[in-house]
Amino acid sequence: MNIEIKNGRVIDPKNGIDRSNTSLYIADGRVAGIGEAPAGFAAEQSIDAAGCVVCPGLIDLGARLNSIEAELAAAVAGGVTSVVVPPDADPPLDEPELADRLVHRGAEIGRARVLPLGALTLGLNGERLSELAGLKKAGCVAFSQANKTVVDTEALLRAMEYAATFGFAIWLQPQDYWLSRNGIAHEGEVASRLGLAGIPVAAETIAIGTIIQLVRDTGCRVHLTRISSAAGMALIQRAQHDHLPITCDVGVHHLLLTENDIGFFNPHARFCPPLRAQSDRLALSSAAASGLAAICSDHTPVGADDKLLPFGEAKPGATGLEVLLPLTLKWAEAAQIDLPTALARITSAPAEVLGLSSGHLAVGASADVCVFDPEATWQLTPEALKSRGKNSPWLGYMMTGQVKATLVGGRLVYQAFG
Amino acid sequence: MSSLPNPLPDAETQCRQLADLIRPHLHKNPALVGIFSGGAWVAERLKELLGLSEDIGMIDVSFYRDDFAEKGLHPQCRPTVIPFDVEGRHIILVDDVLYTGRTTRAAINELFDYGRPAAVELALLADRGGRELPIGATYCVWGVALSEGENLVLARNDAGQLAWRLENA
Amino acid sequence: MHNPQLNKNGELSHLLSVEGLPKAILNQILDTAASFMEVSAREVKKVPLLRGKSVFNLFFENSTRTRTTFEIAAKRLSADVINLDINKSSASKGETLLDTIDNLCAMHANLFVVRHASSGAPYLIAEHLQRAGRDDIHVVNAGDGRHAHPTQGLLDMYTIRHYKKDFTQLRVAIVGDILHSRVARSDIHALTTLGVPEVRAIGPETLLPKHLDKLGVHVFHDMNEGLKDVDVVIMLRLQNERMTGALLPSAGEYFRHYGLTPQKLALAKPDAIVMHPGPMNRGVEIHSAVADGPQAVILPQVTFGIAVRMAVMSIVAGN
Repeated sequence: MNIEIKNGRVIDPKNGIDRSNTSLYIADGRVAGIGEAPAGFAAEQSIDAAGCVVCPGLIDLGARLNSIEAELAAAVAGGVTSVVVPPDADPPLDEPELADRLVHRGAEIGRARVLPLGALTLGLNGERLSELAGLKKAGCVAFSQANKTVVDTEALLRAMEYAATFGFAIWLQPQDYWLSRNGIAHEGEVASRLGLAGIPVAAETIAIGTIIQLVRDTGCRVHLTRISSAAGMALIQRAQHDHLPITCDVGVHHLLLTENDIGFFNPHARFCPPLRAQSDRLALSSAAASGLAAICSDHTPVGADDKLLPFGEAKPGATGLEVLLPLTLKWAEAAQIDLPTALARITSAPAEVLGLSSGHLAVGASADVCVFDPEATWQLTPEALKSRGKNSPWLGYMMTGQVKATLVGGRLVYQAFG
Repeated sequence: MSSLPNPLPDAETQCRQLADLIRPHLHKNPALVGIFSGGAWVAERLKELLGLSEDIGMIDVSFYRDDFAEKGLHPQCRPTVIPFDVEGRHIILVDDVLYTGRTTRAAINELFDYGRPAAVELALLADRGGRELPIGATYCVWGVALSEGENLVLARNDAGQLAWRLENA
Repeated sequence: MHNPQLNKNGELSHLLSVEGLPKAILNQILDTAASFMEVSAREVKKVPLLRGKSVFNLFFENSTRTRTTFEIAAKRLSADVINLDINKSSASKGETLLDTIDNLCAMHANLFVVRHASSGAPYLIAEHLQRAGRDDIHVVNAGDGRHAHPTQGLLDMYTIRHYKKDFTQLRVAIVGDILHSRVARSDIHALTTLGVPEVRAIGPETLLPKHLDKLGVHVFHDMNEGLKDVDVVIMLRLQNERMTGALLPSAGEYFRHYGLTPQKLALAKPDAIVMHPGPMNRGVEIHSAVADGPQAVILPQVTFGIAVRMAVMSIVAGN
């Protein structure tokens, strides 16, 4: 189908494009032109993007798809066209057949693209390796332990050596098992005052230090997920300076919230890793601003029964797919980051981490496109969310930035009404 | 019931008058119990005027009031002090103003949690009518009618002198 | 941030924590408790304030002592008392905390006394009741995780006021496992709100929370230094679990450095009082000679505790 997206501000961060009152032309599922229609182009469908930004579809480096149909609908409603799924569903994604099924189901549903992470170890229990090559063949883009730690350092070393053999990347959330197993909040002022068991920053830096050393020794490519501390970011920056193959991301909530948002034990402020101090938040913000870190939603739908509990018993995490865009815009405004740079962190930067050729709008690229109104406001209520996860510290707040249309492979998979 | 005179009567004089009413009954060996705070002041005055040696009791009715559900606990409550055995005694409850009778009812209930008195009488400076319970004064020196919104308040100055004050609600 | 303990008129509707309560409310509670001490000294130890009201003791963590004092306090207010010992495992078999609360509200509960192993549990309950529009039902926190034990903090203040009168001239030392202690946190907030100029925490690094100085506390690791010239010593219980968690090597070593012996007590002021929330581990945190000695006020604390709990329940139930 030939589609013309008219009169929008086309922003393609990777290719340095930022043009207002410009149209984007799509044919055969690919970008056919920007600004001028290609020769002989006749639009069969027209989307009015006046007052809107037209950018590559968002690529979310972490989103759990508990009820896959609802969550993939939520993804495209949030402008997300590719979703990286952690392997910690039930059962964990440690068998090629499970990965195969997931990819097929995603294709059947036909909304956002599903990019599964395979479980690095069987059952995610950090002991025996999964069939990495088999999982890769079935569609896994990399391998991960989700937020579980491989406690046995030797097992981690062997896993990284094995992955390096095939050039596979390993995604790890750096969290020392012993220092974090009893904690429920950042070991700081708020936890001291409220009597919450703390997780020190050392839990993250010790794990990062170990991983960095193992990367040096194995050459394995590692992506560190959901960094939470200033000290952690500093270690990663030095590792990159030493040209080690290490990338990282931060959860968008950690760019905006701190331990203070726990308030009177608000269970919606319980995250894994925990929200840390203001100084940590500022360091994460700088890292996202400079491009050291990509941004993701860490979408974790949690039912009310599992959230409306005392803080230490509540499941950590928040709904993220539908707020990734407005929260990234909110962060960008506060940190005084220009729009193309902010959008890069959720489009081209994630694509680079994944080693994908997507996340941009050059002619010939797959037409994964997000059209959004950067000024439109909407209130975050359970009814406004398509996700089954209504758990959010922003419930009741106004969001700025609303998706008007989303296309995947040139097909319109979401359009807002009104 | 007379209407309010202007100026207000002298409370100290009224205490002397009240003492005169009680004096003929001293053979019953009465114990004075004043209801905080105006009643306690009057009771102290009566003790001096009647030449009694026994310490007076002072009752705070906060825990026995019937309006807890509407008003909650009164922010300022003081400990009740009953320095004698209530059992078998002739008690004179002393208050400054008698109005609806609810405070007196609460004081009597509280008193009975200390023991069984032989008798309880009520001594007042002023009775302003408006009773909502069947309670009556045994000794009273002044019957007065107040207008809507008016309140008669007993005050004690730094020198310890008692005086009436009229307040508007 | 709206304080969930206060109703729209700024009156105390729940007692969840000492933190955030204005000094006036703390004083109101202490003054009211003084009146209830008098009630407890009489033959008929009852007043009709909570007659016809139902007080539910909801204890998710076992504690016979605390539950008993709340029960006595409620009965002296003429309330009906129902005790619920909710075994954690049976609760996790199905009914959530809030479902339990809803069920009990349907049984016309007026006041919940809640003890729970998770910090913040009473807040969850109070917020739930507020969302449901039930401002006629009140919550009193009998201890939540490590966070707060406000009635203990208040009775400790009552004790100090009884013996020392003026808070603004005192040095108070809290000794022991403050990291895990909800009593210590409540004491610290109460002491600072009431204007105690010097609050000291004494213990090994492993048993003190980080950032104590942000709460206005001076930290000492040397008990001989920390006890110099203090007016009040509050000893905390050392739980056995602390020895297994690599926090401490042994009870013996702890006692040598942080146990209160007559010699160490002599470093404090000669009229210093010794307090303990109970139950005591003799020979672990406190020497028997001190526990049974003339400066210990540990048993009076228990008596004051009943009056303080009567005061708290009367005040919240009326608002």
